[in-house]
Amino acid sequence: MTETLPKPAMERSGRFARLWGSDIAWSYRRSPVTIVASIVVAILIVAAVFAPWITPQNPFNPAGLNLMDGFTPPMTANEFSGNFFVLGTDDQGRDMYSAILYGARISLFVGVMAVLFAAVLGVTLGLLAGYRGGWLDTVIMRIADVQLSFPAILIALMIFGIARGFIPPGSRDQMAVWVLIISIGLSDWVQYARTVRGATFVEMRKDYVQAARLIGVRPLKIMFRHVLPNVMGPVLVIATIGLALAIIAEATLSYLGVGVPVTSPSLGTLIRIGQDFLFSGEWWIILFPAVTLLALALSVNLLGDWLRDALNPKLR
Amino acid sequence: MIAFVLRRFAQAVIVMLAVALVAFVMFRFMGDPITNLLGQDATVADRQAMMERLGLDRPMPVQYFDFISRAVQGDFGISYRMARPVSEVILERLPATLELAAVSGLMALLLGVSFGVYTALRRDGWLSHVIMTVSLIGVSLPTFLIGILLIWVFAVELGWLPSFGRGETIQIGWWRTGFLTESGLKSLILPAITLGLFQMTLIMRLVRSEMLEVLRTDYIRFARARGLSSRAINFGHALKNTLVPVITITGLQLGAIIAFAIITETVFQWPGVGLLFINAIKFVDVPVMSAYLLLIALIFVTINLIVDLLYYAVDPRLRVERPKAADTT
Repeated sequence: MTETLPKPAMERSGRFARLWGSDIAWSYRRSPVTIVASIVVAILIVAAVFAPWITPQNPFNPAGLNLMDGFTPPMTANEFSGNFFVLGTDDQGRDMYSAILYGARISLFVGVMAVLFAAVLGVTLGLLAGYRGGWLDTVIMRIADVQLSFPAILIALMIFGIARGFIPPGSRDQMAVWVLIISIGLSDWVQYARTVRGATFVEMRKDYVQAARLIGVRPLKIMFRHVLPNVMGPVLVIATIGLALAIIAEATLSYLGVGVPVTSPSLGTLIRIGQDFLFSGEWWIILFPAVTLLALALSVNLLGDWLRDALNPKLR
Repeated sequence: MIAFVLRRFAQAVIVMLAVALVAFVMFRFMGDPITNLLGQDATVADRQAMMERLGLDRPMPVQYFDFISRAVQGDFGISYRMARPVSEVILERLPATLELAAVSGLMALLLGVSFGVYTALRRDGWLSHVIMTVSLIGVSLPTFLIGILLIWVFAVELGWLPSFGRGETIQIGWWRTGFLTESGLKSLILPAITLGLFQMTLIMRLVRSEMLEVLRTDYIRFARARGLSSRAINFGHALKNTLVPVITITGLQLGAIIAFAIITETVFQWPGVGLLFINAIKFVDVPVMSAYLLLIALIFVTINLIVDLLYYAVDPRLRVERPKAADTT
């Protein structure tokens, strides 16, 4: 990300004092909601990344599970084994705290990769459409319009279904995460393309682009080295809000049972499994994954909202 | 006018042809249709004969055209999983989805407009604040979590309403309705709220902001100065002028409701086409998948077309010929 930032911003972020005094930091310090949201996101990301080292068991390794520990309520000792679990266990004696951190790991991984994929695809197509114009612009934007008239989750579901059908049955579970990333990414590139295309149109009329063209800089270089850094602001905002949407999309697909396989459950899968135990009174199996998912999606969303306002010069 | 209608119509047809191409490619190349029909141990001669019978040896464009002409007649082949004609299965499931979508849409529209008007007129009332806060929660919760929350509260804890299925249904012709029995209506409540909540908040927020805008205009002030009753002003003048965007959004959301029904139907095990589609994806039941794809595309394209044409009829500004900008619309 640092390479793509314009020069002045890089110098600024190089010195802590300059960063602390910058407009963004100022608006960050003034918003307690944003501070809380960023702390929640930071904790969840760190916990997800370091999950194998900070959890008592690997919840996906059947050998480490003890059926005797099953259905232990949170904060109480199991009646048979006497073992204690902070967030309780599910039917197979899987520690919910471990399962949630491993699940958040998958949710975040799919979310981040899907956003990256969507951003790269959307920005490239948007730059091309805005820079070249003509028929290429018409074709790209027409496709974008058509896609925009369908809900993103439906597009992701369709692409997932189609892609799954073309993969040989043996490797479907292995490929599921990548298929999921591509489906969610493909359902979400339009926002980037439209924004970048519009911003590119504006930048194209400015003198620096004209000058670069005059001295014979190659179009690709103008697009990515000169125009792109100047349209990155809105892209960052869309990507942050897009991350919240991607996490929810992943959870929804996994909840529907068409996302990641049960052998490596994400937060959505945990919620689907937990729903079965709602009726028998084991509420903790569904509640904690659901709360984690909500906290994650809501915090990322709040960060995106803040970033949008902070980067909008009109609101300063 | 005619040029606009024709252009929009042509666009709709192109989109449908593109979707049909995707469906055809799925139908033809996903898995092996011959093996699916004859099984693994068919002889080469059998396979050849079957291929000729199904027309799979003909050029691709001919097969594509054939696929479209059969789809138009409602023939989508046989479901791999259920071994029944796809159109028959879909027709059987469609009433459940349509009833759910209709009730949710109607609920979203009625409650959305009333709440919107109320919160606009009593901006600082405590009830308005409650409604706005609840709506914010409604928007930020994912659909499936809302459904689970409702099940937990109303089915598990309170035990008032059923948590899954359609209840008892009555067959009228080919339409199986749940409207006529008590358990059918009871089963409908939670799924309809789950499905309609998001659309309701959307409509509510739209009506509210449009109302606030209209209430500030001069003609409302003049109407007040003339001494018209506030009822006549609020509903006869203000609300009426907010309805154009509301109609558009509602129309466009109708498609979204049918799409999001997939999620709601899974949460409540509602036996509609959405649940059928999810199971088709899980079991790679290609004929059902491609039929659903075409069906949903047809619904969306038709709704968009109607909304665009309505817009054109309602908003005179669109009727001015714009020689350059016409391409970008």
